[in-house]
Amino acid sequence: MAHRLLVAAAAALLLLLATAQPWLRFVLTIALSTGLAVLGIMMLLRAGQVSFGHALYVAAGAYTVAFLRPHSGEALFLVLAGAVVATGIGLLVGLFVTRYRDIFFGMLNLAFSMVAWSLLEKLYALTRGTDGIRVARPEVAGLALEGPAYEWALLLLALALALTSGGLVARYLRTPAGEALGAVKTRETRLEFAGISARRVLLQAYLVSAFLAGVGGAIAALATLHVTPLLAYWTHSGELVFVAILGGTGHVLGPFLGAVVFELVRVYAAASFPDAWQMILGLVLLGIILAATRGLVGLVDDLLARFGRRA
Amino acid sequence: MSEALLTARGLVLAFGGVRAADGVDLEVAEGEVLAIIGPNGAGKTTFINMVTGYLRPQAGSIRFAGREIAGLPPRRIVKLGIARSFQIPQLFTDHTVLANVALCLAARAGFWAPRTPLGGASREARARAILEGLDLAHLAQTRADQLDEGARKLVDIAMALALEPRLLLMDEPTSGVAAAEKHAIMDRLLRALRARGVTAVFVEHDMEVVARHADRVAVWSQGRILAEGPPAKVLADPVVRREVIGVEGVAVPC
Repeated sequence: MAHRLLVAAAAALLLLLATAQPWLRFVLTIALSTGLAVLGIMMLLRAGQVSFGHALYVAAGAYTVAFLRPHSGEALFLVLAGAVVATGIGLLVGLFVTRYRDIFFGMLNLAFSMVAWSLLEKLYALTRGTDGIRVARPEVAGLALEGPAYEWALLLLALALALTSGGLVARYLRTPAGEALGAVKTRETRLEFAGISARRVLLQAYLVSAFLAGVGGAIAALATLHVTPLLAYWTHSGELVFVAILGGTGHVLGPFLGAVVFELVRVYAAASFPDAWQMILGLVLLGIILAATRGLVGLVDDLLARFGRRA
Repeated sequence: MSEALLTARGLVLAFGGVRAADGVDLEVAEGEVLAIIGPNGAGKTTFINMVTGYLRPQAGSIRFAGREIAGLPPRRIVKLGIARSFQIPQLFTDHTVLANVALCLAARAGFWAPRTPLGGASREARARAILEGLDLAHLAQTRADQLDEGARKLVDIAMALALEPRLLLMDEPTSGVAAAEKHAIMDRLLRALRARGVTAVFVEHDMEVVARHADRVAVWSQGRILAEGPPAKVLADPVVRREVIGVEGVAVPC
């Protein structure tokens, strides 16, 4: 119950920020798109598996939008297409990488994402290499919007998708297949002796994570209206894992909390200390790891518990 | 004529030069409780591992309910109705005891249902009933990594029971359990098994437990069965006493 109120409050705060500071609309849209991808990373972390290649699926969603934009002018369709393509690639890669665990799982994901990155860079005729592809602004739900109206529409779309995905993932994590992710982490062989394929448990979560990253990538492409191979680069994958740990894996709010804090720290730190913002991000993560091992969402839980005791 | 529930014939499995199974022949009848005894390294656990699909015998056959199962993977074998518990308990240590049992119940039916939560009312009630049968109800909400060794052992067995097997193989169910509690635990366990009509095979080092709780005993020695029969007769056999119990009397406190 407390968490539901918290989610409502967080959503309201987000809209308030976007109203008070118009330029934050773009930043928060990007944060929510990152949060969607990180939500998938969180599911894999529940199984003890860290993917260092999920930027591949973000890029798949984003480039699908860029490739299809000349043929379709509807943002909602483009987001759906981005998610479907990312899931399709997720199935091909997932069938292979879910046979592996731990460092091998992480590195194989990294390898696939780097292959995708180099293809995006080298196939100039198709992808325009490092220049990337410009995306013409599409209609949203049939409405041709300009300037602030388009930004608002995109932010609201991202927020609606974040709330829906968060709710569905929270529910999935409580089903046997979702709870079994933790069992893959602690005692995978026992699952097999109970008649359950641990690989299928992991693959299902992997497909959901690819889907969510595809949605996130598509939203990001619609917000920036420009896609580049950097979306698939390993530093971007690392950033997603960074945000997952920052936010915490205890609750589906974690990825979004982490993503918003990450983007705000990045924006403000970059504005105030242009040369040192990465160091500041690093110090923030260091502080989180030392002070709150369950991430920001763990800190929030502790505060709620203390508040609940006093009340 | 009724075929035994489990029939093993001529099982052979060698690890390098060590013959962990060297022509094992064994029948287990439906509804009986069979104890397996023998010194360490005699191949008792190897036998369980072969029946449950963890190891593939190099020769021989294993028939269960009229079906050849040698070499099938564990996942297929458990679906046919053979469950096992482990010498070293294999628990999902991040989950509560209740969730551990519920996961196994779900594995039997409805695991992939995308909407029903693991802790749904009917599944939770069934999980509690299994825990109650083993006197573990008070531990339902305890995380599995917080249990003592005896409780972990019993939760491990509760998980196997939740799979609703026809045949349950238990690897040393009472090792790690306080000596004073062994008989009480075995009483409770076997009552639960007999109430469900589950056939049981258990590896045991405590001869008192064997004498009191098993219908039949099979004695393992160097990958073969040295003797089998009713406990009173087998445990009195001078060869068994010298070869098996003599060795073990030193290691096992009574």
